[in-house]
Amino acid sequence: MTSPLIEIRRIVTSVEEIFHEFGPVAPRPYRRASVAGVLRNPYAGRYVADILPMLDALKPVGLEMARRLVDALGGDPKVVQGYGKGIIVGAAGETEHAALWHAPGGYAMRELLGGAKAIVPSSKKVGGPGARLDVPVTHINASYVRSHFDAVEVGVPGAPAADEIVFILVMTDGPRVHDRAGGLKVSEIKGEDGLR
Amino acid sequence: MSAKIRKLLTLVDEVRREMGEDVDPPTRRAVACAVIENPCAGRFVADLSELTAIGEELGSLLTKKCVQALGIEGAKAESYGKAAIVGEGGELEHAAAILHPRMGAPVRAVLGKGAALIPSAKKMGGLGTPIDVPLGHKDAAFVRSHFDAIEVRVPDAPRAGEIVVAIAVTDSGRPHPRVGGLAKHEIKGEDGLR
Repeated sequence: MTSPLIEIRRIVTSVEEIFHEFGPVAPRPYRRASVAGVLRNPYAGRYVADILPMLDALKPVGLEMARRLVDALGGDPKVVQGYGKGIIVGAAGETEHAALWHAPGGYAMRELLGGAKAIVPSSKKVGGPGARLDVPVTHINASYVRSHFDAVEVGVPGAPAADEIVFILVMTDGPRVHDRAGGLKVSEIKGEDGLR
Repeated sequence: MSAKIRKLLTLVDEVRREMGEDVDPPTRRAVACAVIENPCAGRFVADLSELTAIGEELGSLLTKKCVQALGIEGAKAESYGKAAIVGEGGELEHAAAILHPRMGAPVRAVLGKGAALIPSAKKMGGLGTPIDVPLGHKDAAFVRSHFDAIEVRVPDAPRAGEIVVAIAVTDSGRPHPRVGGLAKHEIKGEDGLR
């Protein structure tokens, strides 16, 4: 039974395949997938002290969106190497509403990816229809892996309306296409603390 | 000569509720974009046949990407459209060379039919320039419920020497269409118009 707090109006799923960026063509394209769910903001237009019921209500939404992302990348969660999340709150909401996505968005991806260790990086803003958000991306098991630092610009034309929130998840399947800035490598991950 | 593709972007926009009313089944619009090198950038090229060949190749590739993203048989597609954004090192005629002479046939081959003209838009632009890809019913251009457009942009394209080429395919019209006109069940599908 879906919570009455949840009204999904629109879902935009996107996959970018990068073959090169003016350097050698990659043996397989680097892929960056995003999913943006446009939901009604049940707390728009007034100050609501207790907003935590929405956090719980968002959990199944997070799972559905994470599944869509994995499907968009071919269906195998094992190909996912980087992730991130973001939120754009419409004009009648507040930044704090964006923070409702941290638990359900993050946990959904980790559950689907089989216990990814790194914190899911995020960004948030209040914006008008068509606002764009740069969603940060890091390696799923070790935040300091330099080859996987990236960001994906996401936005939905026409959303968010004043009473809407755009909830965003992002997954990538490799390092940046011409990764050569050094730093911690995937082969050097210890995988104990989610950082290195 | 085949297209030198730097990246592909494919998205699906699914509308489930509009103005508090369920959209059931949801409307679904797909767009696929290719960012390609413009082989005619930086100088006047009289013969644009290289771009025409690229248009034919991308007609097939991008339509397949859309249909695959929608998870449908080509024949289930209902409307379509196409567009191009030429980076500043090119000219608007380059968009025309890609979109108009030979792109249509491979699009229609993927979709099974497509008696109607494929509506199009074109412009010059810089990185992240958005374009509204017009949409019309694929078998009868006058179907009013399917007049629409979908906005798409690639944040890091087109560079000066690039062209963004987009094809949009849907399996539906607008959410809650109610402004009358020719309905899809009334299509004769002979002349591409009605």
